[in-house]
Amino acid sequence: MNFSKEMYRYGRDPLSIFLLGCVWLAAAVTFLSLAFLLFYILWQGLPNLSPKLFELEYSTENVSMFPALLDTLIMVVLALLMATPLGIFAAIYLVEYAKRGNKIVNVVRVTADTLSGIPSIVYGLFGMLFFVTYLHMGYSLLAGSCTVAIMILPLIMRTTEEALRAVPDSYREGSYGLGAGKLRTVFAVVLPSAVPGILAGVILGIGRIVGETAALIYTAGTVAALPTNVMSSGRTLAVHMYVLASEGLYMKQAYATAVVLVLIVIGINAASARVAKKLMKGN
Amino acid sequence: MNNRKEKIMQLVFLAAACASIALVAMICCFLFANGLPTIGKIGISEFLLGEKWRPNNDIYGILPMIMGSVYVTLGACITGVPIGILTAIFMARFCPAGVYRFLKPAVELLAGIPSVIYGFFGLVVMVPFIRDNFGGTGSSMLTASLLLGMMILPTLISVAEAALRAVPDSYYEGALALGAGHVRSVFFTVGPAAKSGIMAAIILGVGRAIGETMAVIMVAGNQARMPQGLLEGVRTMTTNIVIEMGYAADLHRDALIATAVVLFIFIMLINLTFSYLKGKVVQQ
Repeated sequence: MNFSKEMYRYGRDPLSIFLLGCVWLAAAVTFLSLAFLLFYILWQGLPNLSPKLFELEYSTENVSMFPALLDTLIMVVLALLMATPLGIFAAIYLVEYAKRGNKIVNVVRVTADTLSGIPSIVYGLFGMLFFVTYLHMGYSLLAGSCTVAIMILPLIMRTTEEALRAVPDSYREGSYGLGAGKLRTVFAVVLPSAVPGILAGVILGIGRIVGETAALIYTAGTVAALPTNVMSSGRTLAVHMYVLASEGLYMKQAYATAVVLVLIVIGINAASARVAKKLMKGN
Repeated sequence: MNNRKEKIMQLVFLAAACASIALVAMICCFLFANGLPTIGKIGISEFLLGEKWRPNNDIYGILPMIMGSVYVTLGACITGVPIGILTAIFMARFCPAGVYRFLKPAVELLAGIPSVIYGFFGLVVMVPFIRDNFGGTGSSMLTASLLLGMMILPTLISVAEAALRAVPDSYYEGALALGAGHVRSVFFTVGPAAKSGIMAAIILGVGRAIGETMAVIMVAGNQARMPQGLLEGVRTMTTNIVIEMGYAADLHRDALIATAVVLFIFIMLINLTFSYLKGKVVQQ
């Protein structure tokens, strides 16, 4: 669609010209503000990145983000260990086992929607009441990862469900025809061909965990030292960034942390897009 | 033997599927068990309609925070919804294919950026900008509304775009055949046909805005008093919890959990409306 040709055609229709202008203006506002945000953070933050910020120990002289990076990694691994099998198994039930019109399926779907709509601070409070206090985990990486695992569960469930539904029925019929049982068909035939879709969901889940703050402050705590085990309290990169920015004492380091976070998120998005593209080609 | 394995695994899958039901039930139980008695203790009208939040004097009224959440969310809608919906229309019907290849990932990136980053951006760019150009301290309802308006854009754009794309091409072609131009066809036939999908997008955006915490905390000023004006600070329900949970004890702590209960009920209502509208879209 050629813009000037379009304008010429609407020469006698001011309403159309006005609406067309609005549409382009809105799109420009959206994408320019994104570009400005990214550009501003990279431009301000990149000069502040230094190897010193990645040293092993955190101290008041050197606000190293290494412990926070390590915490983030532990948090991601633990949460995925809990949420991925649970989400995949649940999706397998919904797609492969549940019969049409099964009541449970509807209830599961509604509750999954509910879970994905709950704000992260409510998860944080629940995590504090249940994992930290009731189960006596204390402020710990374990309590934090349990909390975020619940947060990403609906995401993994939904993407896996879609991926499983996209597997053609002929695969299943072929497998049955060769004499395989239901379980074998699911694990040896259906699941492997749904891997790219599941992976895309898992990657998005990693993005959620990396960016999460509100749910972690009162479950994993804000200790900045290196974690010794999963029961020690620790701050992830996003929490680290929040503490630095709200204290206001280490703005340069906050900019640097922001750059690292943004780069991680861009990387995660690129990875997920790549995997999704592979999925499109595979089909 | 084999048969038993199948049966056991089927039960395992069923249990996994029921996990989300159990989790929602548990979240409800823990929040309500801790929150509802507190609301009863404080008094339901004192709690919901009390205009003063003074934990030191055991006065817990969360009306300022409820109003704060409502105003900020309303502000986010005023700034975000028109831009978001128009951008969705752009993405669905006006965007050249070559450009779309880059804009679609950009929208996903906008959704993926953590809220602390938005908050930080608001803190270092928008707060000084508002302070210098409009006066006040800069940490204000206006700043929070603008920032939230930006944050709900990706939700609005992706859901509304999907709704617009779901409208059958015959609607658009019919309008063209009757002599309408491209713009008029899109705005007066495709747009209205996608109405409930667009409404669903707005409601989902409202849910995002009302639940957002970390970005708001960094730019809203957080004074626990009735909202005074656009350029004055406000505190929302979400930020109230984060700010005071760290040192709260006893009734104060329970009052914060009760705040979460109120927030949770707001979100549930929004979700129900969303599922209702989504159901309507599917029916069409």
